[in-house]
Amino acid sequence: MSEPLLQAVNLECERDERLLFQNLSFSVMPGTVTRIEGPNGTGKTTLLRILAGLNDAWSGELLWCGEPRAWHRESFLRNMLYLGHRPGIKPLLTPMENLRALMAGRRTVSDDILSQALAGTGLAGFENVPCRNLSAGQQRRVALARLLIADEPLWLLDEVFTAIDADGVKAIEELLQQRAAEGGAVLVTTHHDLQLPGMKRITLGGGQSYEC
Amino acid sequence: MNAESRPALKPVESAIGPVQAMVAVFMRDVRVAFRQRQDLLNPLLFFIMVVTLFPLGVSPEVAFLKQSGAGILWVAALLSVLLSLDHLFRHDFDDGTLEQLILQPQPLFLLILAKTLAHWILTGLPLVLLTPVLGIMVHLDGNSVAILCLTLLIGTPVLSLIGAIGAALTLGLRSAGVLLSLLIIPLYIPVLIFGTGTVAAAAEGAPVAGYLALMGAFLVLALTLAPFAAAAALRISMSNS
Repeated sequence: MSEPLLQAVNLECERDERLLFQNLSFSVMPGTVTRIEGPNGTGKTTLLRILAGLNDAWSGELLWCGEPRAWHRESFLRNMLYLGHRPGIKPLLTPMENLRALMAGRRTVSDDILSQALAGTGLAGFENVPCRNLSAGQQRRVALARLLIADEPLWLLDEVFTAIDADGVKAIEELLQQRAAEGGAVLVTTHHDLQLPGMKRITLGGGQSYEC
Repeated sequence: MNAESRPALKPVESAIGPVQAMVAVFMRDVRVAFRQRQDLLNPLLFFIMVVTLFPLGVSPEVAFLKQSGAGILWVAALLSVLLSLDHLFRHDFDDGTLEQLILQPQPLFLLILAKTLAHWILTGLPLVLLTPVLGIMVHLDGNSVAILCLTLLIGTPVLSLIGAIGAALTLGLRSAGVLLSLLIIPLYIPVLIFGTGTVAAAAEGAPVAGYLALMGAFLVLALTLAPFAAAAALRISMSNS
């Protein structure tokens, strides 16, 4: 068996005096797609932000390749891609400029590859239109173009299917599956009925509501 | 499925170096600012308005303006930097680019330093460049104008750097404006006192090297400490959102 990429041990998080989850333990193995599910307000996004390192209000242990994540901040950030609810797209910049800026801190990518990625998400011809003139779905697609060129082994995706049309949803599903086949690990939260062969689940909430 | 072995993690060394990442952050901020020029003009117009309204409201007499001109310009510059601070992280926070910035593998304080530098070049530096014109308007003599420009050149980056801490701390709050001012103004006061003090000393013919050295010390202190504080504050704000 291979080693888990990311491991959560007894994770506990409280938000606004409300216990979101406790004793939450799971492992994220390479080559898997894991869906985090649960009704609204059960902490799916919070869990993903905790895993990404954007939220520090938690207790428990997070292991990156078997060692505490805090010891390997740089290695973790270098090998993790987080796509949040807010897509990280500047409305005033064009898709090309946005993508270039988002990749700039990670690795050098030629403009050809960037425009191929944009074309791959159906944005060919929109490369030089300011993003505020694009539709909500198109703006999300700019962020999704990163997935086509991402080389990070761990993806944390928050509500990737929001505002995406049916064809786009199918394309993303295929992409996630292909990613898992290549040995990448994907964690995804969604309200879309995602069904992939071999998909794992983390269910939050579970009908209980914790009250403090 | 290729789950037998873990895919090789990419070594940290393969990431983009901090300097290159800082340049990218800086360039993006400058580009965004030039797409929205009215935001660039706002602090400048405010600066010009305050300085021109003062003689009209108080006294247009040469003696009064000579004495208080430097103070007026400094206060106006300080307030106009304060006005522009809320934008430093706010837009990035709203559209999610700040999350991506925090998740870059490079040290966060360096990226924030790049952002703050962009903020200073876009708001502080134009104020300094405008100062000679407004200085002459309030009857300051040539020597005073030169010293005033120098103090603002050293002082406005300090204002941007200290302001970055406040902007980062108040990021998650709904009505951040008042709190931001309350937090930041006390820290601005020493800069203001020494900034105007330098010009006053120069007008009396006293040596100003000591004043300027102190202002330089403020700048070095802010440059070395403020980015760390702002980075920590950003993480806290991000955790609470």
